Amino acid sequence: MPLDLEQVKRIAHLARIEISQAEAAQTQDQLNDIFGLIERMRAVDTEGIAPMSHAQDLMLRLREDAVTESDQHPLFQSVAPQVEGGLYLVPKVIE
Amino acid sequence: MINASLKELSAALAAKNISSVELTRIYLERIERLNGELNAFITVDPGKSLALAGQADARIARGEHAPLTGIPVAHKDIYCTKGWLTTCGSRMLANFESPYDAHVIGRFGAAGAVILGKTNMDEFAMGSSNETSFYGPVKNPWDRAFVPGGSSGGSACAVAARLAPAATATDTGGSIRQPAALTGITGLKPTYGVVSRYGMIAFASSLDQGGPMGKSAEDVAMLLDVMAGFDPRDSTSLEREGEDYTRDLDRPWEGASAGRPLQGLRIGVPKEHFGEGLSSDVGRAIEAALAQFEELGAKRVAISLPNSGLSVPAYYVIAPAEASSNLSRFDGVRYGYRAPEYRDLLDMYCKTRSQGFGAEVKRRILIGTYVLSHGYYDAYYLKAQRVRRLIAQDFVEAFKKCDVVMGPTSPTVAFRIGAKTSDPVQMYLSDIYTIPANLAGLPGMSVPCGFGENELPVGLHIVGNYFSEARMLAVAHHYQRATDWHRRAPAGVL
Repeated sequence: MPLDLEQVKRIAHLARIEISQAEAAQTQDQLNDIFGLIERMRAVDTEGIAPMSHAQDLMLRLREDAVTESDQHPLFQSVAPQVEGGLYLVPKVIE
Repeated sequence: MINASLKELSAALAAKNISSVELTRIYLERIERLNGELNAFITVDPGKSLALAGQADARIARGEHAPLTGIPVAHKDIYCTKGWLTTCGSRMLANFESPYDAHVIGRFGAAGAVILGKTNMDEFAMGSSNETSFYGPVKNPWDRAFVPGGSSGGSACAVAARLAPAATATDTGGSIRQPAALTGITGLKPTYGVVSRYGMIAFASSLDQGGPMGKSAEDVAMLLDVMAGFDPRDSTSLEREGEDYTRDLDRPWEGASAGRPLQGLRIGVPKEHFGEGLSSDVGRAIEAALAQFEELGAKRVAISLPNSGLSVPAYYVIAPAEASSNLSRFDGVRYGYRAPEYRDLLDMYCKTRSQGFGAEVKRRILIGTYVLSHGYYDAYYLKAQRVRRLIAQDFVEAFKKCDVVMGPTSPTVAFRIGAKTSDPVQMYLSDIYTIPANLAGLPGMSVPCGFGENELPVGLHIVGNYFSEARMLAVAHHYQRATDWHRRAPAGVL
């Protein structure tokens, strides 16, 4: 089932990517080509096959609930676009 | 000096026949002279590199050196490197100076290796030709009108053009092996979980694995000795005893003689990797390599990987799904690019991401967002995960009959710059033989084995069972002792 233009725009909105009308049309064609490739997989019978969510079927490791990190926020915030008083600045969201 | 193996360089440094500062200067001078055209490096900082080389020389003088102490290594720009620009090939991170070191960078630092610079790559490692980089395409040193492969195209080019003795890289669907093949060098993607992903900028976390690139299997084994090892900071890093990956290099296969060192080795040859889509020049070179292995004593076993044709479709659901989640962190708030003008918070996110990401990255985020969205998750994402298990099971069956699987790394030799940029599906199919190992989590490597059309290199793909890296490297090393493909270097770079 090919994607229509409205779907492409909706996906772009969900992904928080601004997309122009012209870009959406071009993207629509390319995505439909790619989904054409992906469709091959959907014809295969996978009844009873457990999904493989990771490269190895291992349990994630547990660790002690201990403090392992020191406070380095000035260092890590030094690469942020806008910081003030230890806080990240973004456009106002609450009036 | 630029054709010396890491073992030879290490011995020369230890014997003080050359200092690390001198060696580093040789490579910096080559980069200065050749990088303008090849575009293999995004960042070079001679001051920092030479300071590290000076420290390595002091360490050697104290007699406290390790095998890679003083050897310059180029790092793919996906590895966070403290105090160095770490761009991941993207405008999004064009101003990002990492505040910390990736585990791999830390390991090389502890070994006393010198950071030679940060190499170009497809943006966020998404590409098979190094053409999606914000910093422009890397050229193939064998013919500059051709791509070097990707995503680790800068690292591959740097090693092939002798701009670096060795390099680090990463592989999500073939990003170490395919560029290694297309540039005539040796590259290894280890078993998933062997090399820590800490500080390695995430693309598809269940597939991403770091690994080395070098001129030979022996060099790659020495590099993997440094890169591999448990790291508690990566939840998927495997808690295993450390290994010496060079241990089997000079040993014949069990029960074999020195004259026929691979006597008893069973090479599985999957019929699915020799069918439609494989170009005849590559097929001929692979056939000759297999014949060479037979001369060394190995035996061919016909095998089947019946679901391998489904690997590209399954991969292009799973990898974009994971990427769309991983790349949601780039929102213009904590690091990297922020759009200069916006109306409100939502507009800031949308404009930042629209301007900061290139076309291929956006395409993959959109695919991933769609396959994870309400109503499509089962049909695409869960389905792909079930297919992934079928592909992994194919290898379980195959390894009952053989010790290693061999075939072509890539269906063609390097293609011309621009040849596939407007057709994503054709580009994706260049990884058709490499993706299955990522989906299964198996180790895979590419070894140079001849030349095809336009005198461009061909790579032999070797896939081994889980944790069989040392044996795979030995298999490749015996082949490289009997052949000289890995010693060939592009004209005009020497």
